Formats: sequence, C-alpha cells, structure tokens
Amino acid sequence: MALNKYETHEYDVIVVGAGGAGLRAAIEASAQDVRTALVCKSLLGKAHTVMAEGGIAAALGNVYPEDNWRVHFRDTMRGGKMLNNWRMAQLHAQEAPARVLELETWGALFDRTKDGRILQRDFGGHRYARLVHVGDRTGLEMIRTLQQHAVHKGIDVFMECTITHLLKDGDRIAGGFGYWRQSGRFVLFKAKAIILATGGIGKAWKITSNSWEYTGDGLTLALDAGAELIDIECQQFHPTGMVWPPSVRGILVTEGVRGDGGTLKNAAGERFMFQYIPEFFRAETAETEAEADQWYTDKKKNRRTPDLLPRDEVARAINAEVKMGRGSPHGGVFLDIASRRDPEYIKRRLPSMYHQFKELADVDITKEPMEVGPTSHYMNGGVRVDADTAATCVSGLFAAGEVAGGLHGANRLGGNSLSDLIVFGRRAGLYAAEYARDFRGALAIDSAQIELIARECLEPFERSGAENPYTIHQDLQECMQGLVGIIRNEGELKKALDEIAVLWRRAQRGNVSGNREYNPAWHLALDLRSLLMVSEVVVRAALERKESRGAHTREDYPRMDPAFGKVNMVVRRVGSEITVSPEALPEMPAELKTLFDGEAK
Amino acid sequence: MTEVTMRIWRENGNGGRFQEYRVPVEEGMVVLDVIHRIQATHANDLAVRWNCKAGKCGSCSAEINGKPRLMCMTRMNLFPPDESITVAPMKAFPLIRDLVTDVSHNYEVAKQIPTFKPGPPGPDGVHRMMQEDIDRVQEFHKCIECFLCQDVCHVLRDHPDKTRVFAGPRFFVRIAALEMHPLDTHSRTELLRAKAGLGYCNITKCCTEVCPEHIHITDNAIIPLKERVVDDYYDPVVRLIKKVRGTK
Repeated sequence: MALNKYETHEYDVIVVGAGGAGLRAAIEASAQDVRTALVCKSLLGKAHTVMAEGGIAAALGNVYPEDNWRVHFRDTMRGGKMLNNWRMAQLHAQEAPARVLELETWGALFDRTKDGRILQRDFGGHRYARLVHVGDRTGLEMIRTLQQHAVHKGIDVFMECTITHLLKDGDRIAGGFGYWRQSGRFVLFKAKAIILATGGIGKAWKITSNSWEYTGDGLTLALDAGAELIDIECQQFHPTGMVWPPSVRGILVTEGVRGDGGTLKNAAGERFMFQYIPEFFRAETAETEAEADQWYTDKKKNRRTPDLLPRDEVARAINAEVKMGRGSPHGGVFLDIASRRDPEYIKRRLPSMYHQFKELADVDITKEPMEVGPTSHYMNGGVRVDADTAATCVSGLFAAGEVAGGLHGANRLGGNSLSDLIVFGRRAGLYAAEYARDFRGALAIDSAQIELIARECLEPFERSGAENPYTIHQDLQECMQGLVGIIRNEGELKKALDEIAVLWRRAQRGNVSGNREYNPAWHLALDLRSLLMVSEVVVRAALERKESRGAHTREDYPRMDPAFGKVNMVVRRVGSEITVSPEALPEMPAELKTLFDGEAK
Repeated sequence: MTEVTMRIWRENGNGGRFQEYRVPVEEGMVVLDVIHRIQATHANDLAVRWNCKAGKCGSCSAEINGKPRLMCMTRMNLFPPDESITVAPMKAFPLIRDLVTDVSHNYEVAKQIPTFKPGPPGPDGVHRMMQEDIDRVQEFHKCIECFLCQDVCHVLRDHPDKTRVFAGPRFFVRIAALEMHPLDTHSRTELLRAKAGLGYCNITKCCTEVCPEHIHITDNAIIPLKERVVDDYYDPVVRLIKKVRGTK
C-alpha cells in the first residue's frame, strides 16, 4: 500500500479547540511570542461557548459590595460538594474579575448598572448576584470578543480540522495528527506543546444541550497520551432543557430564567422545590413561599428561593416530580416567569429564550409557563491538571476549560464555566508557551506510526460490515440515557458496560459510503471511538463511586459518604486496560478551611 | 406522522443536481431535523454544517424554497405538506459539497477591519458606560455570523468580482459596532469609503429581511455609516470646521 500523503505544519504551541478556553489560551501563548496555532472542528466562532446564555461568574461586587473572591470560592466548593481542587477554585475566584474586565477592554459590552458599571445577575448556588451578562447571550459576546481579538494577533487558525491522535517522542508531546473535514486529507502538526480545549461528551446522551462536536475527543486524546481523568462520573444534567416538541428536546433553557424571577411548578401548580431542600443548603434557603417571594425584592433580609439551588439538586427534584406522576403533559415540569415579571422585562432580559420558545414551540413565555426537564449538559470532571499551570502529567500536554477537571468538583455552578474558560485558558496559554520556550531539544515524529494511524482512519471506507455509524451512535445515546442518567444503580451501570462492549464490536464493522470530502458519516465513524471510550470510562468510574455526591447519584448508595468525599476517582489507560483508582484530594490549607467552619460536610 | 418530499442539492464532484427524498415528519420538526433524518437513513454522506440547533451559532444557513434561512429555525409546518421542499446551498459562496459552502472569504474580510481600540478608563480605573449608550451597539453584537445577509446581498450575489471591493452587510454591522462603541477611538470611515466599498450598497434592505437576529442592518448600521462617510469626506462645511479646529 502506498504511503498516505499528509501536509506538515510546525508550531511551538498548538491549541486544539476554539471555544472560550482555546481562544483565550491561543491569545496568551501568542502574546508570549511563541508560534501559535488554533485547530478546531467547526468554523471559528461556532464552538459551544457561543451557546452559553446566563453569564460569567466573577466577584466584581458591583451589585453587592459584600461579594469577594472568598465568598465565590466558598460557593464554588460547596456547589461541587467539596470534591473540587481547592487551589483551582481559589485561583478561579481570585482571577475571574480581572479576566472579565479584560474582555471589556477588548470590546465586549455587558449589560450595565444604573451608574454605568457592569451589571450582575443571580444564579443558582451563588450567594450574591454575581453573573456578568448580556441578556441571555453572554457566550456569543465572549466568543466574538475573543475571536476578533485573536484574529489580529497573528494566530494561525485551522478551521474544520479534526485532531484524532496525539504524537509523542518518548515521554514528551511531539505533535498532533488529524484530517481536514473539507478535503478529507491528513495533516500533521509538529508542536512542542499542545493545549486541549475540546469541551465535553454531551453527545453520548440522547437528551442533551450539546452539539455534534461534543464527542469526548480531548478526553480520549488525553487518555491515549497517558494523562489522567478525574471526576468523570460526574456528568452534569442541566435541570432545564426544552421538552416539547420532541425534535427540540434538550435545548437549553438558561438558569437566568430562575435568576430573574422564574419559578418551578408541578402539574398541580405547587412550587415543589421547597420539598427538596437538602440539609447541606438548609441554612441559606427560604423555607416558605412567602420568604422566597420577599427575597426577590429584599435580598439582604431574606433567604434565597430553592429554585436557585445548585443544578444537581434541581435536576434531581424535577426528575423525582416527573417520576411520581406530577409532571407536565410532555414529561417535564413548568417554569413560570410570566406571573412574576411583565412582558417588557422578560423580552429585555431573556430575548433569546423568548425567541426560542416562540419559534420552536409556539409558546409565548411572557404569557404562559415553559415546559422544562433535565438535559445532559456539561462534564464536571475531566483531564487532571496542575492547578496553577494547567499542565497534565504528560510533558508538553496542557488542558483548559470543560475538558479539564478539578475546578468544579462533583457539580459546577452556573456561570462558573465561562469564567473557568478565561481564567484557565489564559493560564494554559501562558505555561504552555513557557514550556515550549524552555524546551531546547529536538522532537522526532515516527512516520511509521503515522502511516498506521492514517490506515486506521481510512478503515471505515474499506470495511465490508453493514453497520451504520449513525445507528451505533443512536444506540449508544439510548444506552447512556436509560442506564447512566441522573439516578444510577449498580445493576444498570453493569448492563451499560455490557451494551458498550457490544457497541465497540459493532463500531469495528462500521462502514461508510461516499468519498473523503466533507463526509459526515466518516467523521462520525471516527468520533465513535472517543464517544465509546469516554462513555465506558464514565460508567467504570460511576461504578466505583459508591455514594451520591453532586451530579453523581446512586439509588443504591443514596447518601454522601465522608470517605468518598476525600478522594477523586482517577482514570488511566495502560495499553488497552482502563484502571479506576480512588486517590486523595489535595489538602486545603487551614486559612481557607475556616471559611467552612460550622457547616454540614 | 406525515411524509414529505425533500429536494436536496447533492454534489459529488461530477456536477450537482437536486435529489428527492421521501421522509416521515413529526410535530415540531425543523428542516435541520429532516436533513439529519435523511443522513441517518437515506444518505449517510450528505454534507451539512450545523452546531447549536437553536439559532445561536449561525452554522446551518441554506436556501429553503429559494429563501436564505437557518435550517434549525425553519419549522416544517411552515410549508404545505403536499408540496416538495427544496433545500439548496447558499448561492453567493463557492460550493464545497451538498449544502456546505466555502465561507472563508468572510474570515479574510474580518482580518482587515481595524480592531477595537479603547480610550483610557475613568479616574477610578473603571470604564463607565450607560446602558442607553450601548443599546444600539448591543443590537449589532447579536450577529451570529450566519452570513445570510452576505448571501442575499445583490452586490455579492450577482457580482462575484465585487467581493474584493465590497465588504458586505455583515461587516458593515461589525464596523458600525466598532464605530459606535462608546470607548473606541479609531476612525474607520476611510476604510468604509475606499476598501470596504460602502458606496456600492443601494439600501434595498434585503439583508435586513433575512437576518435571523432581526438586526436592522440597513437602517441602524449602513445608513448611519453612509452619513458618517459623507460627513467626513463630502461635506464641505464640516471639512472646513474640522480643518479650522484641527480635529480628524
């Protein structure tokens, strides 16, 4: 067989993924004067960040001067049920305000307070109104600002280009290999350092807010290269996705609806969240509707509504209401903002929600309640990184944004993702550039290995099997939705492992027609490997965490177990073997521990 | 469940044609759902761009029954069930395959627009801006870069040679966002007059009509920009005053 041809590019730093984290990383690396390129699966500006709605969490203290990084840190740790990497949570809370103000100097225009400063809104689990926002399209503002800033920095961008493999020279990263989606041709990037900023794995579930891109690529690339994953069992189900009509099921309904006054109700019209206040958050949550209603007008004298408990709590509550037969006609619950706010307010604060329900569901949210239910949304865990530098345990490999784990622990608070992207995107760019600059040796690429990879990538065209990659993907989504959802148990998780094993074998027979030019069936056939790999890893880690914590809920172990609260589940891949081992969390220093004195742990 | 006939542009290197597919359609479906169903069941290799499926990313632009639209925001119940629905790629851009076009030219134009350059912050280190001063710029920031306005624009659609001398509506919106940003200090009127070719626009408002974000492209971006160019380059009184005052 003739050698497969490929083009070669050489850089100091390659950033894989061009959402908020990837763009911010590339901007920072480029500012350090190292040759930097950005490689992304979609067109620039279309990554998942563009869909983020509610806001960026940053303790600017513009609305509540009492707010500061310590309060934000504490909220983040408690939202993550203390499984978070304390150092990441500290850096994140300390640096988010500066990163937000930096976006403003790059042209971002956030909604304003009456005195002309940045306005902040309430969100689940945040003690004070903290989310910097633009109506309900904050992600668009962030990605466009970063994109426009980046294009003037001389960063080379390789759009619609998918990285399928990382290459190493000994123990070090030496490059990445992949293909152009448009032409189907192969491409090699030689690089001293690689930053993964590829997002999550939402497309493994049937009901999801995520786009086709979310196939776990970066998590798989990291595992393949010898890096570790943590907290991967903690996939976040956002409590409010659309449920009707069926074709839009899963599309996100921003938490901003509740932040701006929306409440959850069951079929009987009851505000059921009052029945689901956990001990962990009881002291800071309103116990009666009257108190919650007063909180909207006087936030200092009243405790916050349970509608704004962290996402894991709200998703479980909705799930329970529906299971007990108290759901809405299409299997969700009602989210009502129309009875508290006037139409003008709703349209100004939530324009894209108004538009989305009007156009896609024939529902006018200024007049009637929305029907909502949980949707697979975000990977709380991810690649294990050093808190300060975003470096993985593999020399030259860094990770930032959703693909990285640690910051959010067992459950991310809304708004902490966009801030995560810019805080740790910047750090990854800075330290990857430093690593690349300091590395003086030569890196060799093994061309025989590349030939093997190229052949493997082309196999779906040559197989005689009759398996349709779309069908395999749908069956995986059914499996994960049915067996690895919000509430799990050992029997169903083991069944999921068996089903995934069958899907692995079927994927080996996956066959695609047509040629290599912009062929989505081929792209999906290649993405199936990472979808299956990460799904399997999620299930294996979920089996090992025999407790309920944050987004991971086991009906056979319904309580938090203090012993499991001290460990991350660490996933490694050695050869074809996947291992899961509990390892101790880093110890929080005493002065930070005092922030949690006298609390239920 | 009803069945509909979809006519989809297919191109595989040997010239293109509309291929018909009969597809079952359920309540609430949008055109993009039907395209995905065709991919999964009839034509695995049907090329289409999409991401968010919620009208927020601007990836799935196409011409549906001749009208530039986002496939994810076009409900199937918009069309009579007994008539076939035609889905074609955007015409103003070179075709790659099926419904996917080469929009890279837009990214090249974006590079040529001088970036945001803010003045210094206030004495307390904060950039203060009043909401009423940024409302009009926030309208421009709603742009999702679907490029439907570029697709429908007569100048670009009917005169491919003008792509070198005419930036197009998307970039007039972008330049307007920068020019009207309360903190920005650059002037881009020379760019508008010369390289961006603003004068070619004869304000037929086709771009405004197709904008899925309902941005008033012509009224709020293009016309005010034309006025700025006139003020800066063609108004003798203003030019004289500027000369006397020594301002730009």
